[in-house]
Amino acid sequence: MYSKDGENYFIVDAHVALWDARPANQRNIHGQQFIDCFYDYHRNLSPAEETWPYEDFLRYGGERLMKDLFEDGYVDHAIFQPALLGAFYRNGFGQTEEAFALTRKYPGKLTYNHAYDPRFGEDGLQRLREDAKRFDLQGVKLYTAEWFGDSRGWKLDDPWSYRYLEACRELGINKIHIHKGPTIRPLDRDAFDVADVDKVATDFTDLTFVIEHCGLPRLEDFCWIATQEPNVHAGLAVAMPFIHTRPRYFAQIMGELLYWLDEDRIHFSSDYAIWTPRWLVERFVDFQIPADMTEYAPLTVDVKKKILGLNAAALYGIPVPAELQVSPPPAVAPEQQPAVAVA
Amino acid sequence: MTALEMLAWAALNQVMDPELDEPITDLGFVRSVEATDDGHLTVHLRLPTSFCSPNFAYLMAGDAKDLLSRLPDAASVVVELDDHHDSGLINAGLAADAGYRGTFGAEAEDSLDELRLTFRRKAHTAAMERALSQEGMDVGARLGDLPDTPLTAALIRRREDLGLTVAPGDPVLVDDEGRPYPAPEAEFRLRRARSTRISIDGNAHFCRGLLRTRYPGSEADQAPRADERFLLPLAIPPVAEAS
Repeated sequence: MYSKDGENYFIVDAHVALWDARPANQRNIHGQQFIDCFYDYHRNLSPAEETWPYEDFLRYGGERLMKDLFEDGYVDHAIFQPALLGAFYRNGFGQTEEAFALTRKYPGKLTYNHAYDPRFGEDGLQRLREDAKRFDLQGVKLYTAEWFGDSRGWKLDDPWSYRYLEACRELGINKIHIHKGPTIRPLDRDAFDVADVDKVATDFTDLTFVIEHCGLPRLEDFCWIATQEPNVHAGLAVAMPFIHTRPRYFAQIMGELLYWLDEDRIHFSSDYAIWTPRWLVERFVDFQIPADMTEYAPLTVDVKKKILGLNAAALYGIPVPAELQVSPPPAVAPEQQPAVAVA
Repeated sequence: MTALEMLAWAALNQVMDPELDEPITDLGFVRSVEATDDGHLTVHLRLPTSFCSPNFAYLMAGDAKDLLSRLPDAASVVVELDDHHDSGLINAGLAADAGYRGTFGAEAEDSLDELRLTFRRKAHTAAMERALSQEGMDVGARLGDLPDTPLTAALIRRREDLGLTVAPGDPVLVDDEGRPYPAPEAEFRLRRARSTRISIDGNAHFCRGLLRTRYPGSEADQAPRADERFLLPLAIPPVAEAS
């Protein structure tokens, strides 16, 4: 919880990771290039006093994560959104077992979302069923730009992806987080393109699709889709730190998201450990749309409360103390509500 | 700098990053230009991350080689992309003049023409919004109503790039084919155009910053972005207290 000026904010960090990018875990040069790219994001968009030494960034471990998020960072609940990157790292980039063990050690504080790749076909489907049970999965994080053999990416509307989404629906995995952000690959299988989200959001109305990095670098395409598809949400990973380096640009992103979506479908994320939540939370609470940007409404305290935690709490069913709620509370999508028997 | 090197820089100034809608020279993507006395030209390009999309990388490097090869004084041209995850592939493809499909094989199903057109259209949409936002122009303004500014000139260039008409009586706000929108739709279309402009500007901020982080000193090679020159001050002005 974060308190400022007599207001209390319940904080859900909806996108965190526990990675191992040390040279010993790097499978090839791309493993080094990938973490170096993250480190450049970190150095470029963080305030100088918040930057880490490179060695710490390669590997920080679970206890540091707990401290940065929960002791120093005001976070009440955090959600792991791992990237596997098996083509770049021997034991994967995100550390599944270690992250899952943390969720067991600190019940109520952490949710473990898992990752899958539909190019693993039937074997992967079987694995997903086992993982769903073992990890008690509510959500997954999908990385469509992942390399696999000769393939440098996949799309949500590929036939195998549909099979996996059908399995998710059956297994109760109803939060599908998708990385659509500044990266990587690909050629015609353009992983920046958010058009495949449109298709699956229409075909799977009972699943919620959270687009991480809110479609940046294609914000306008994302907004257009989210306007039409009420089950499409925006994750603010990577958008948040612009609050420091480019505050007017950050104001424009927030203004556009609030205009095209609504205040119930935007989720705060630090993208830890690229950024730590403490300074992001503090600055967001202090932030306001500049007065000369008359095209956007000011950010109210209630809107900030929803974005910082209440929206993700509603989506994930995370309990929120009544005094930290707003009135009216964020809308819960129909599929997240308890089933009601109909006579 | 030799005469050929100067000509090479001028040619590279015509190569655009399609997504950011800026010349690669202004972005600092040109690392070095060297010419020998007998006209052998070698150019190195660099990008903000190892993982910049290879289709864009190929498009810029390929355009650079095409334009440089047209210089009458260039006996040979080598263009190399440094520090990219596909540097080996792209540089070999450029050396062999293999083209995009010849370089990337099975996954490059189409040519880059469609990608280029998509981003030309986005660039035009953004230029239209910038032109209309200057001095609070009316959404129904005609080209002839726009003030004589760099933003207006930029819009005219983008329209010409797409083969759209530029007569003073033509409406400013048009679709990708140059057709005006029905009046009741105009405000909404301008609003959408604004999100396109913000998206492009944001990408430019991000990519420019990452290049500076990745290559210390490269800021000296970057020209200020147009929107920074004409539109948006970077400091956040004080906000009026809510009453």
